[in-house]
Amino acid sequence: MTTVITVPPSLDDQTFEQVLEQLAPLPVDQKVLIDARHTRWASPYGLTALLTLGQTRGTQAALAGPETEETASYWQRTGFYRYAEELFEMHGHVPRPRPASAESNVLLDITPVAKSDDVHEVVERIQAKAQLILVNELNLDPMATMRFAMTLSEVCQNIVEHAQTGGWVAVQTYRYRQRLGRRVVVIAVCDAGIGFRRSLESAQGRKLSDRWDDAMALEDAVIRGVSRFRDPGRGQGLAGVRRYVGRWEGKLSVRSGTARIAIVPSWDDDVPLREHLPPLAGSQVQITIPERVVQK
Amino acid sequence: MIHHINVSTVLRKTVCDLYSNLVTRPTGVAVRKAIEESLAEGPQPRVTIIDFTQVNLLDFSCADEVVGKLLDAHRREEREPHTYFLIRGVHDGHLEAIEAVLERYDLAVIVEDTQGNIRLVGTLDDDARRAWYVVSRRERVMPEEVARELGEPWGTALRVLDDLSSRRLVVRLDDGYVSLPKAI
Repeated sequence: MTTVITVPPSLDDQTFEQVLEQLAPLPVDQKVLIDARHTRWASPYGLTALLTLGQTRGTQAALAGPETEETASYWQRTGFYRYAEELFEMHGHVPRPRPASAESNVLLDITPVAKSDDVHEVVERIQAKAQLILVNELNLDPMATMRFAMTLSEVCQNIVEHAQTGGWVAVQTYRYRQRLGRRVVVIAVCDAGIGFRRSLESAQGRKLSDRWDDAMALEDAVIRGVSRFRDPGRGQGLAGVRRYVGRWEGKLSVRSGTARIAIVPSWDDDVPLREHLPPLAGSQVQITIPERVVQK
Repeated sequence: MIHHINVSTVLRKTVCDLYSNLVTRPTGVAVRKAIEESLAEGPQPRVTIIDFTQVNLLDFSCADEVVGKLLDAHRREEREPHTYFLIRGVHDGHLEAIEAVLERYDLAVIVEDTQGNIRLVGTLDDDARRAWYVVSRRERVMPEEVARELGEPWGTALRVLDDLSSRRLVVRLDDGYVSLPKAI
């Protein structure tokens, strides 16, 4: 028997939890159909997290993509179907592949990250376009572009160094009407690897407290810069990401296992820590940098 | 002897000839090892210039390997004469990553930016920083001159200068001290 999992009309980091809530009671080898037929919009996080979800199922999941031509075509242009077809049993209409996206809002289409060379490629590919869009359209300082690429490099490296499996990265800009009324640039990096808790547990000689769980692992890694390596130079990547996000009034959220931690700017009302969420393997990171309002 | 290392050339030779960004830890490890091999070959250089001029982007992981671990290993070496390092061709983007790793290792180093301006970056107490500025403005200074400028006793100035020397930030020549860029 196949269980239908309904994807909400608007799929982002918050509404993706509805998908996971439906999956939580099911055994991992239960056949599921991810029904996105009525989905009209998806953030980079929504799309990369869907791919991640496909990796986690014991029995290959089925996927029915969006019915509206506009949405399906957009998902195709982001590169989603290229990887979805490898992971899911596809149902319904799958738009034909098109040449690489020339859309101005896609800074980086969905790109697999599994090894160090992939990170190099991501950074090389994004730089020219990031400079154009972040400076000219989001009014960010030219130096912010360089730090943006550094940030992207660090979050992608978390997959290479810690996940023990491949993941995906995507970068887009869009107008964030819901909370901000401004344009934002969003980085989403998702993997279905071992996650922060198991990564930190693998550190030799590490003593675990009684309340050790996904939330505490996230606090250690994201807030305190703890790494599974004892080397003093480790743990700087996420600390650097936090500094970058703070400087540009951005938002960082990291989900792993059953918890989600967020560095929340003043323009958002998210909670800093959520626990006891429905489980999802690996780590899912989202970084949101808002357009800078130029004082006239 | 001065040893000049063009990091971009090392990156292209050791990792990939298409890369202009110094990113990822494996890349940093490969570049650091190539630099260490280059330093081990031939006579021990007195001053090593690590030149980032043609490096576009430097992330934290690479900065940790190429700057943090390299300088930390040399700081721990007891042998004389010391090897001095100067980091050249640094822009603000590089500096953020370099400063973060210097703080982690409790290190300081002299950097020359893309316009040729010399700066001291890293962790250093105020007295040492002030003393370094005194030395960097002169050709060669004696401890008593530094003591006078800082308004400190001679013994304090000497201790601070010796500390700067042991951290490879000034060069001791006989009884005087010379800033590293002027010694080159």
